[in-house]
Amino acid sequence: MAVVSTPTTLTRALSAMDNAEVLRIRNDFPVLNQTVNGRPLIYLDSGATSQNPLSVIEAEQEFYEQRNAAVHRGAHHLAVEATEVFEDARQTVADFVGAAYEEIVWTSNATEGLNVVSYALSNAALWAAQGRGDSRLRDLALGPGDEIVVTEMEHHANLIPWQELAYRTGATLRHIPLDDAGVLRMDKAAEIVGERTKLLAFTHASNVLGTINPVSDLVALARRAGALVVLDACQSAPHLALDVKHLDVDFAVFSGHKMLGPTGVGVLYGKQELLDVLPPVLTGGSMITTVTMERAEYLPAPQRFEAGTQKISQAVALAAAVNYLTETGIDRVHRWESDLGQRMVAGLEAIDGVRVLGPAAGQDRIGLAAFDVAGVHAHDVGQFLDARGIAVRVGHHCAQPLHRRLGLTATTRASAYLYNTTDDVDEFLDAVSGVRAYFRA
Amino acid sequence: MSLDQLYQQIILDHSKARHGSGLAATAAPDGASTGQSHQLNPVCGDEVTLRVAVDHGTVTQLAWDGAGCSISMASASVLSELAEGMTVDELRSVIGNFRDVLRSRGKIPADPEILGDAAAFEGVARYAARVKCAMISWVAAEDALNQAA
Repeated sequence: MAVVSTPTTLTRALSAMDNAEVLRIRNDFPVLNQTVNGRPLIYLDSGATSQNPLSVIEAEQEFYEQRNAAVHRGAHHLAVEATEVFEDARQTVADFVGAAYEEIVWTSNATEGLNVVSYALSNAALWAAQGRGDSRLRDLALGPGDEIVVTEMEHHANLIPWQELAYRTGATLRHIPLDDAGVLRMDKAAEIVGERTKLLAFTHASNVLGTINPVSDLVALARRAGALVVLDACQSAPHLALDVKHLDVDFAVFSGHKMLGPTGVGVLYGKQELLDVLPPVLTGGSMITTVTMERAEYLPAPQRFEAGTQKISQAVALAAAVNYLTETGIDRVHRWESDLGQRMVAGLEAIDGVRVLGPAAGQDRIGLAAFDVAGVHAHDVGQFLDARGIAVRVGHHCAQPLHRRLGLTATTRASAYLYNTTDDVDEFLDAVSGVRAYFRA
Repeated sequence: MSLDQLYQQIILDHSKARHGSGLAATAAPDGASTGQSHQLNPVCGDEVTLRVAVDHGTVTQLAWDGAGCSISMASASVLSELAEGMTVDELRSVIGNFRDVLRSRGKIPADPEILGDAAAFEGVARYAARVKCAMISWVAAEDALNQAA
């Protein structure tokens, strides 16, 4: 079977996606086959949450119908099978992002992953102060005089956990500013990331601007400073080939529901030597070796960070989502979505009174575009598009500081995925071109 | 439900006219007692600062400043026109009626006899996500009345 499929795989790897293939793909997504307000649904909100192919829905159902049991305990048949598929899912996700199996921690979502890192680091300060745990914790611990650096374009999930970490440890939070076009000021970054910097956290791809940040340049700054690097990969892992080892980041997070998987499951990647020494955050069952009435010893990663019963069916379904992306070819998906993003931006820029945030047409971006319509609030734009069956996101997209920097409170965002055609984009552009007239702006 | 039923002509007109806006440049009438309230919807950024002036139990002025969607701006404009000249009790009762209609998911029809132009917001009740937009200035007015009274 493997021999037969090789030529197909090869052809697929080389060929570009087209509308015909996308329409076949769309058949795999039941929710997309419906009308909204009398129009065929055009779903352009995958940046918020993506839809699930049948294989993902069936994977979760199959788990409950055939294998449901607690994992990592119990010697009975179902428990063994459940543990197997749960851990196979971990391997599938690890392979997808170039990580080792032990370096993949299940979380509820990306937000939780960032908070786990944040709390593990402040626990490191507590442990180091008491002389508890590995001696390397003394290097990881933050305190007064240390600095945490983020960027001005971060999602709140990659900002607030660091504000709170600074509060808990006495460290100082700084940020790399943006220029007026929404591009990171790398000249400033080189000044801000210095010997006081203990941690640099930034997004791989902006959920508002669509920019893909220069990860290797930022990692080089962090390495020079001896700082840890945390990568928010929520908008990259679902859409482009992500290799955490190649990028050389220390931690990375992403969410299952943004990459064709279910809600309730996310992933924290951490370098094994870090995860194994960092103190746990949630404690309890499944993450211990020996427990007495006074104290406990903890397992190494990933169990160290997986207290209590885990999101088993969701992890299994997420692996099915990863398989769907791998079979389609993540590089092909990336190219297709880049083209859709370019089509969106070029089209939006041509509409009178529309201002696109982030890179102009022709410059690199992922398949999304946030924009402002002069004289019309984003909420009204979203309502107008919904009446034509077009689903977009409106608001500040959990990035208030970024919007404030660009002089806006709310914008409209269209975000594409592998199930969107160029016709979807054209319908969307046609609808946007009618907004200002309707609201007499 | 069509878009035009939500965005009735009256609403689109008021969203442009914005009666009563310009709080910062409007002095409160002499001798009146005033109350002011600031309301923010963090989801969409709709924001209203509203002041009522009450003289011998009558609302003599309702002025506001704000930024937001057409629904929120129009509803502040309608409220301003409606409120001036009402007694405090009448205004409180109208606000209560408006809230009942908007939270009814379309089950309670708006009575133009009570709500005047604000009856045009009846369609908003069918859009759960927009109810707060229509309510924001009315919530501010209720809060401001409590302070003025």
